[in-house]
Amino acid sequence: MKNISGTKVAKGKVVSAVLLKDLRIELRSRVVTNQVLPFAGLVMVMFAFALDNDDVLERVAAGLIWLATLFSLFMIVQRSFAIDTADGALDSLRVAGIDLAAVFFGKAIALALKLIALEVVLICGAVLLYRVDLSANGLVLLVTCVLCATSGLAFVGTLYGGLTAGAKGRETLLPLLLLPVVAPVLIAATRATEAAFGSGGAQTSEGWAWIGLLTVFAAVFGVGGSLAFGSLIDE
Amino acid sequence: MSQVLQRTSATGTRATRVIGATSILVMAWVVVSGLLLTPQDVVQGESVRIMYVHVPSAWIAYLAFIFTAVASASWLISKKHSMGFDRFAGASAEVGVMFMAITLVTGSLWGRLTWGEFWQWDPRLTTTAFLFVTYIGYLAVRRLEGSVEQRARRSAVVAMLAVLEIPLVHFSVVLWRSLHQGATVLNPNGDVKMDDLMLFTLFSGVVGFTLVFIWLVLHRQRTMLLVDLANNQGLDSAIVARRAEGSAN
Amino acid sequence: MIVNFSDVVIVYDNFPALAGASFEIASGEIVLLQGPNGAGKTTLLRACAGLLPIARGTATVLGCDLSVERSAVRTKVGLLGHANGLFQDLTVAENMSFWSRLIGASDRDVETAMQIMGLSDRLSAIRVANLSAGQRRRCALATLIVRRAQLWLLDEPHAGLDSQGRDELDKTLRSAREAGATVVFASHEIDRAQNLATRFLNVVGGVVTAS
Repeated sequence: MKNISGTKVAKGKVVSAVLLKDLRIELRSRVVTNQVLPFAGLVMVMFAFALDNDDVLERVAAGLIWLATLFSLFMIVQRSFAIDTADGALDSLRVAGIDLAAVFFGKAIALALKLIALEVVLICGAVLLYRVDLSANGLVLLVTCVLCATSGLAFVGTLYGGLTAGAKGRETLLPLLLLPVVAPVLIAATRATEAAFGSGGAQTSEGWAWIGLLTVFAAVFGVGGSLAFGSLIDE
Repeated sequence: MSQVLQRTSATGTRATRVIGATSILVMAWVVVSGLLLTPQDVVQGESVRIMYVHVPSAWIAYLAFIFTAVASASWLISKKHSMGFDRFAGASAEVGVMFMAITLVTGSLWGRLTWGEFWQWDPRLTTTAFLFVTYIGYLAVRRLEGSVEQRARRSAVVAMLAVLEIPLVHFSVVLWRSLHQGATVLNPNGDVKMDDLMLFTLFSGVVGFTLVFIWLVLHRQRTMLLVDLANNQGLDSAIVARRAEGSAN
Repeated sequence: MIVNFSDVVIVYDNFPALAGASFEIASGEIVLLQGPNGAGKTTLLRACAGLLPIARGTATVLGCDLSVERSAVRTKVGLLGHANGLFQDLTVAENMSFWSRLIGASDRDVETAMQIMGLSDRLSAIRVANLSAGQRRRCALATLIVRRAQLWLLDEPHAGLDSQGRDELDKTLRSAREAGATVVFASHEIDRAQNLATRFLNVVGGVVTAS
């Protein structure tokens, strides 16, 4: 994009400006740490109440981590765009002709970092609450899984968050649109995490097949999102 | 309403009437043949007759979504962004969702009779269910407020994203079942030994349902056109009313 | 003519907010839009910024045909609507630096802009959420100065400012004009606005008439 004085602004600068802005606002307002994180933790505890069996809990721990992550994803995405629509900043970005694909990546990376922080806490919670064992090999698989799955979730979340930003009834529309799309991430990340935990006698090696699927998902929606984001939030 | 609307107030044309009449004839034949003439299956008995509804409606559902995707892509690619593409995409998705519901209901009834269960986590079934939910979301996006162009652009992009999403969902479910469940689910069609009359009835069903689909989409597309026209006409009088605000004060 | 509207109709949910507006604006003018609430002033400003699809008619802004390509005009105009486009949890300085990074402006541009709008060092360290309405307005205007827009579109820029702030704003707009910018604004501060403007346009019932 060219600015008024005719010099070109590098895409990376826009990405980093948006990224730093989102992270700084989170550090100030602490919505994720003070509201979403306790919510996700509560979900984990409530699952323990509902299932009420240590063996079952250990078996399903991986699925519960990712389900809690998905529920939190909706809240984080909504918060991420509420920041931008509260005082018309998203409008201003459009009026200023800022490269919206760069805005997409900036917001997606910020979202991914928040999600990773959340997932780390949830995984630690699962180890403590559900008595999951984690080997060194399993840890490598788990870290890879978290990175790949989170990128995919962040891209899809930013894309559909942009679509519903400012729309009436977005609180209910976002989950309706997002849940079917993230189903592959839920399946793949859960299986990979089960393999990492060794739940139900799963081998670590079984998990790596799923990492491929997660990578494809992240790539597809990273490319698709950067192409589509601009036209979705434009009037 | 003024003349333009009155001229176009019916959505039928000679072509759609022919299609409609033909589809009634074909469907009547499918009903008679499917319920009375065709034999029952050795294994499945009378329940095999659900096939004559289930298979064609599944075919139509998938055809409808392919059609929506093609129309959406055409809208995005075409320079003029003709609204006709958008209307066809929307009409086809609406009809597709209906046939997908029929597919899921008849499928689970048939499943209860042949497998003893309403639902199996079979990849094909699961993907169909996801497709159903995805396009309900698509229809919700179409109802978001905004201008006609905005609706067309948003929904075209969402339809394209669904095309990316569905293979991913399908592949992940296939991988999920193949790793975690050795036994394959009964394939309801594969188990049926079909004689010529059964095959012909099934084929007639597909033809009949396709005609019904075309008929519905054409009419739905035209009612959407009429809504747009009515809005446009309303716009003329609204502009007059809006301009009069000034002289009223 | 840098703005040329001919029979422009703009529709929100089947309501013609602009119902055939025709007017021209020449470079270097300061144009005041007058008219009752709901007459279409905001719509007109947003349309000039290339934010709204043109349902009928033709509109050209800074050489860009809005019925063909609306995004090209956006880097050249600055729009300040009812919203300020600021982030509540960031300080004034952080908001300014966010925008200057986005458009590749220098630190000196930012300093100058903040000086012009009277944003002192003390104010710049305060979060926007804790500012008064007038101070937020000044911060938002400073982002426009940084962007060096050729056409300034301001919706009620005087609202919420104290009389000193209004004087500052008028001075800013005049100096922006001297620097080659054109200003179009809507205001209920009739006396002050008429003093500032070089020309008036009446907006009533979605149409524009010369005054």
